[in-house]
Amino acid sequence: MTQIVERPAGTPEPTGPLLTAVPVTAELTMVQALNRALHDAMAADDRVLVFGEDVARLGGVFRVTEGLSETFGEQRCFDTPLAESAIVGIAVGLALRGFVPVPEIQFDGFSYPAFDQIASHLAKYRMRSHGEIDMPVTVRIPSFGGIGAVEHHSESTEAYWLHTAGLKVVVPSCASDAYWLLRHAIASPDPVLVLEPKRRYWTRETVSTATAAPPIGRAVVRRGGSDVTVLTYGGLVATALHAAELGFSRFGWDVEVVDLRSLNPLDFSTVAESVSKTGRAVVAHEGPRTLGFGAELAARIQEELFYDLEAPVLRATGFDTPYPPARLEKLWLPGPDRLLDCIEKTLERP
Amino acid sequence: MPNPVSVDPEPVTLIGPDGMATAEERYRRDLPPETLCWLYEMMAVTRDLDAEFINLQRQGELGLFASCRGQEAAQIGATAAVRKTDWLFPQYRELGVLLLRGIPLRQLAAAWRGSWHGGIGFTAKRCAPIAIPIGTHGLHAVGAAMAAQRLGEDSVTVAFIGDGATSTGDVHEALNFASVYRAPCVFFVQNNQWAISMPVSRQLAAPSIAHRALGYGIPGVRVDGNDALACYAVMAEAALRAREGGGPTLIEAVTYRQGAHTTSDDPTRYRSAEELERWKALDPIPRYAAYLRHVGLFGERLEHRVAAHSARLRSELREVVVSVPDPDVTELFDTTYAETTPTLAAQRLALRAELAKEA
Repeated sequence: MTQIVERPAGTPEPTGPLLTAVPVTAELTMVQALNRALHDAMAADDRVLVFGEDVARLGGVFRVTEGLSETFGEQRCFDTPLAESAIVGIAVGLALRGFVPVPEIQFDGFSYPAFDQIASHLAKYRMRSHGEIDMPVTVRIPSFGGIGAVEHHSESTEAYWLHTAGLKVVVPSCASDAYWLLRHAIASPDPVLVLEPKRRYWTRETVSTATAAPPIGRAVVRRGGSDVTVLTYGGLVATALHAAELGFSRFGWDVEVVDLRSLNPLDFSTVAESVSKTGRAVVAHEGPRTLGFGAELAARIQEELFYDLEAPVLRATGFDTPYPPARLEKLWLPGPDRLLDCIEKTLERP
Repeated sequence: MPNPVSVDPEPVTLIGPDGMATAEERYRRDLPPETLCWLYEMMAVTRDLDAEFINLQRQGELGLFASCRGQEAAQIGATAAVRKTDWLFPQYRELGVLLLRGIPLRQLAAAWRGSWHGGIGFTAKRCAPIAIPIGTHGLHAVGAAMAAQRLGEDSVTVAFIGDGATSTGDVHEALNFASVYRAPCVFFVQNNQWAISMPVSRQLAAPSIAHRALGYGIPGVRVDGNDALACYAVMAEAALRAREGGGPTLIEAVTYRQGAHTTSDDPTRYRSAEELERWKALDPIPRYAAYLRHVGLFGERLEHRVAAHSARLRSELREVVVSVPDPDVTELFDTTYAETTPTLAAQRLALRAELAKEA
């Protein structure tokens, strides 16, 4: 294991060792994959610290941090008092002194008390020090809706972070991406927000830690198709794939599904390649429609691909209301029906 | 260590307003003569340089400046009491702190001129870039102190905050975290009586800022912030306690902001001339000079040394402020991330094209 050493400001990140792992191929849930990623990152580099509310003794309310405190000790995985601004604030100070903090904010809705620390400090430190100071902080936030949770536990926060220069934002849709996006996030010299879709936490997938997946900033085509492109991320990738199957079996529509994986940096070339091919695009996200990431994608597609388009870019999203109570969330969230309606509308255009 | 049960409301004072040693016997005054003279020199030089910053702002060379006039004893006394290996987390009114820490004038001027934000070259001196959002950086100091614990260092981290900052939630969280983890962190509050137009009497209803320490189970100390030796002594005591594993201390240095909040402020709208005069009579620099005179250390030689040091720094400041070119605007795109993102690279290109067209 590497020794804890103080890095003089501006020295490059040892990204190599940070990505090392015991090669394993296993069937894991997203929770287990995230847990494995944290274990491997902490084993690879002593500077990696995990902290937050209930992460040590309890192992996290979703058990993502289970076993870390036992394996790596209470100096490296520790419970904090209940204060989200402080959780991110001490991460900034720890990073300034050479550590690689991986704080957890217990739920999306509780990231707001930390907003000032994230937007005013975490995001800006590199620029305001003219690139001298690395902020290798990964903020994990169990996010989004669909699990019947109580108020403030189902928020889509990505638009706030995407409007904040200096942050990277990734959203895994499956266990394998969860493992590798988290590993890359921890290895990144810049702050990364990892928004974990709670409703896919218990979905199983084969995860291989043998070879590193592509770095942050690469989208992936989950399903090839020629009629229309669905652009989405996180929990809605599975929804989009389901809708695509329904569209094909019922109506013969050939839908391409692009999983963006990283919202910033954005892999617009994969988006452009797909949309130029199909000429039609539908963006899907959970959060409210106005100024959601769909708005940015639609704007950019019409700016750069206007003459390739056969139809307006449509959005299948949540509504401009606060997140609904649990018993209404299925009606509020964009599901296969809303997505298929959008697909149908884009196909109706000549 | 048992939890502290009380805070002395009377500020620790080693040199009275008349420049004579007080009856205070808990702290030492017997610093080496060269240290005593150096404290004076740095306070006087800070004041002169502060005035030069204001001149440069008035001449249009700087966009803004936040003067520390009146707070030199607090800043120099406290900073002199820690080691170069200790970490400092300043707010924006800390000219004395930054000067003593050896931050180059070019870097001190950059933020006020508007040529770059925050601070370049600060961390090489174990000092965080200045923090503008009030109270937020106390948490960074606690994080840095927790890092020192994990690195097995005996270093201390000092958070410089003001009376206004103590009303923020972040300062509460910082004090609580520091206390819970027994972090080697000293919170040095310069209570300069005013948060822009808000007097400290309306900032809190507790008996004093230092009294708040009791709620965190940590020592709270009130010190005469216009007495450099007292500030030195209480900071040295708190730093030693932190180094030895005794955890954080909350120090309230009772001082006065003689100038405006910033060069954009007009304090005559909210405070009286009488109040200012009352505090000017307690000015830390003449008081300290009188003390040095009493102990036989103040003389022409020291005055000459201060004058030469001041003149050198003032001319260096003018030189760096007027001669430093503005940075290339495209540096914004190159310093936002370690590796410029494709979106930013495209925006950089667009701006370059826009500028080429205008040229």
